[in-house]
Amino acid sequence: MKHLLSTQDLSRDNAILILDTAEQMAAVGDREVKKLPALRGRTVVNLFFEDSTRTRISFEAAAKRLSADVINFAAKGSSVSKGESLKDTAQTLSAMGADAVVIRHWASGAPHRLAATDWIDAGVINAGDGTHEHPTQALLDAFTMRRHWSALTGSGSTGGDLAGMRVAIAGDVLHSRVARSNVWLLRTLGATVTLVAPPTLLPIGVESWPCTVSYDLDQTIAQGVDAVMMLRVQGERMNASFFPSTREYSRRWGFDDNRLRALDELGMKDTIIMHPGPMNRGLEISSAAADSPRSTVLAQVRNGVSVRMAALYLLLSGDFREPAVQPSKETTR
Amino acid sequence: MSTPTGTYLIRGAAILGGATEDLLIRDGIIAARGIDLQQSAATGTAESLDAGLTVIDGTGLVALPGMVDIHTHLREPGREDAETVETGTRAAALGGYTAVHAMANSNPVADTAGVVEQVHSLGISAGWVDVRPVGAVTVGLAGKQLAELGAMADSRAGVRVFSDDGICVHDPVLMRRALEYVKAFDGVVAQHAQEPRLTEGAQMNEGEVSSVLGLAGWPAVAEESIIARDVLLAQHVGSRLHICHVSTAGSVELIRWAKERGINVTAEVTPHHLLLTDDLVRSYDPVYKVNPPLRTDADVQALRAGLADGTIDVIGTDHAPHPSEHKECEWAQAAMGMTGLETALSVVQETMIETGLMTWADFARVTSTVPAQIGRVADQGRPLEVGEPANIVLVDPAARWIVDPAAMATMGRNSPFRGLELPGRVIATFFHGHPTVLAGALNTPRRILGGDA
Repeated sequence: MKHLLSTQDLSRDNAILILDTAEQMAAVGDREVKKLPALRGRTVVNLFFEDSTRTRISFEAAAKRLSADVINFAAKGSSVSKGESLKDTAQTLSAMGADAVVIRHWASGAPHRLAATDWIDAGVINAGDGTHEHPTQALLDAFTMRRHWSALTGSGSTGGDLAGMRVAIAGDVLHSRVARSNVWLLRTLGATVTLVAPPTLLPIGVESWPCTVSYDLDQTIAQGVDAVMMLRVQGERMNASFFPSTREYSRRWGFDDNRLRALDELGMKDTIIMHPGPMNRGLEISSAAADSPRSTVLAQVRNGVSVRMAALYLLLSGDFREPAVQPSKETTR
Repeated sequence: MSTPTGTYLIRGAAILGGATEDLLIRDGIIAARGIDLQQSAATGTAESLDAGLTVIDGTGLVALPGMVDIHTHLREPGREDAETVETGTRAAALGGYTAVHAMANSNPVADTAGVVEQVHSLGISAGWVDVRPVGAVTVGLAGKQLAELGAMADSRAGVRVFSDDGICVHDPVLMRRALEYVKAFDGVVAQHAQEPRLTEGAQMNEGEVSSVLGLAGWPAVAEESIIARDVLLAQHVGSRLHICHVSTAGSVELIRWAKERGINVTAEVTPHHLLLTDDLVRSYDPVYKVNPPLRTDADVQALRAGLADGTIDVIGTDHAPHPSEHKECEWAQAAMGMTGLETALSVVQETMIETGLMTWADFARVTSTVPAQIGRVADQGRPLEVGEPANIVLVDPAARWIVDPAAMATMGRNSPFRGLELPGRVIATFFHGHPTVLAGALNTPRRILGGDA
């Protein structure tokens, strides 16, 4: 695996490899010296065409814990308005000797273009592209779910998948790269997924996805669910007739206090509430839900660093069993 | 007056793919047609077959009327970095064309008599094909105010086709007025059917593939709703309407319905919509970005069936060259459009003839006869008969070739057929009796004595 572009083309074996590697990486985060020499001398570029402080510092922390040199390249705004094309930027980074490029871009498919062209000969990690995919987010979500699920089912935390787990993903699926990456990955890992959204925020063609679709969050909860993932509602959707008002959205599709109580009343004591952040408290999730013991929001952030360490490590070294050794010869360019 | 173009004898070519006959070309016209003309005194031509005669062996070749493209972007004036009239018409000749309709979205826009006359005269100077300028429907393609359609019609360019192609004439009142007004000079409005609000920011066909790729959808209904409106408008005002680049199965159904009701509508389909589907967009390679977008296989099959049964009248290439920097970028940043002049014949052969849906005679109808009629080009799209203008293309239908955009005459390298093996090769193109293409390569342009008309 040279690039991590999407979860749709990620095999079960590779997905579990990344999650298992992330478990080993997580152990590093618990040590006093949170650093491995694995990527010493390697250069990781964070190429961000779109603001995302959270994702960037997560990748930065991950790369630094593996002793890589990190260059942050904030190319905010469109490449056209900036005057330099993606091609020129990529060739510039290539000339500087980047070994891996972590790219966040507002345009769907931009990471694929970097990987498919000869503009740059480096591993590419998609850190979120347009409304397409955000594979490391889905991997950290799956990592979080697997820790929870393995504790419940008594299976070990490594090697396992999410077979039997019921996951609801609720909100703006249409514009969500997080939802897409999660649907593919959770399917691969054996979970069953229900998307819950107003019909206006589901893409035409969603019926071909490996999941079920519901317009009714209460019904979805009542039918039993092990994890509820709330998606952020972007501000620009609010005045484009996707829904009448934020209040109506919140009542019908938000995870509010009533739905939090419903989980208790229905006896679903182990159901977790997830959110990729940043949250709109009071819109898609209430403060009580976000701060409840069910919430995994902060665990997701923490796990993000471990998963991104695993992704960087695997792409750059190709050796997952002994994270502390130097990169193997064959993958060195 | 045309220069003496020499005398050419095409021996034993299959006329429209039928029986093999000889064609004698002299003084810009078909001087004789028959079996074994060189030996035949009966034709009365034998004594004329003098030393100036060039004999072309037509064995195994199909003779067709020179192709007429109803939809070409030549980019000049304004975007000479993408294409010029010279390079675009070289590509046209190599593709088997003897006439192209140059779309109005140049810079300045072809919305005045001055601009259409400029394009027309550039075409004459180039000498590779007839360049028939298309006039803009509205000033600056802005969709607000009718351009001076009558002035363009009366100009030396003699414009008969009007289009804001690239932009839909969205305002129903303006569309109605345009349809009515062009009746005064037997014009036609060629509509780019795209409801603008339904396609804001649209990147590709809306469906299964767009849902996965996270690219904003261009729904079929945005095309079909405009076609439905416009055929009804054309019926109401009794006007002639042409629909550019029909791309969906639903559009074919609507046009079939309109024709059954006797509405005077014609429609075109591009070669790329006959062969390619939106599945190719999974690569995010902008060479597959085009407007209207590549659709599904069901649409492709419906378009082929519609072309075969006459619901769709003609092939239009929508040849749209772009400089490489407009395609070497993110999908969303990339320009829409594909080149097509040099691949049209092969793609139509592949999709319509090799599949048994059409004959070469049908091919002549959809690539020459009917497009010339729609554009009111009197001396093109004519039968291959004695006394007719010698606009002829010779095709080797058995040839196969691999598409290499770098080897093309167009400046555009954005061919979506790159790397594909396709059937059919243009061996010769005669433009008013002058061979613009010989032995499969560019020959010389046709020169007119006495300067620009």
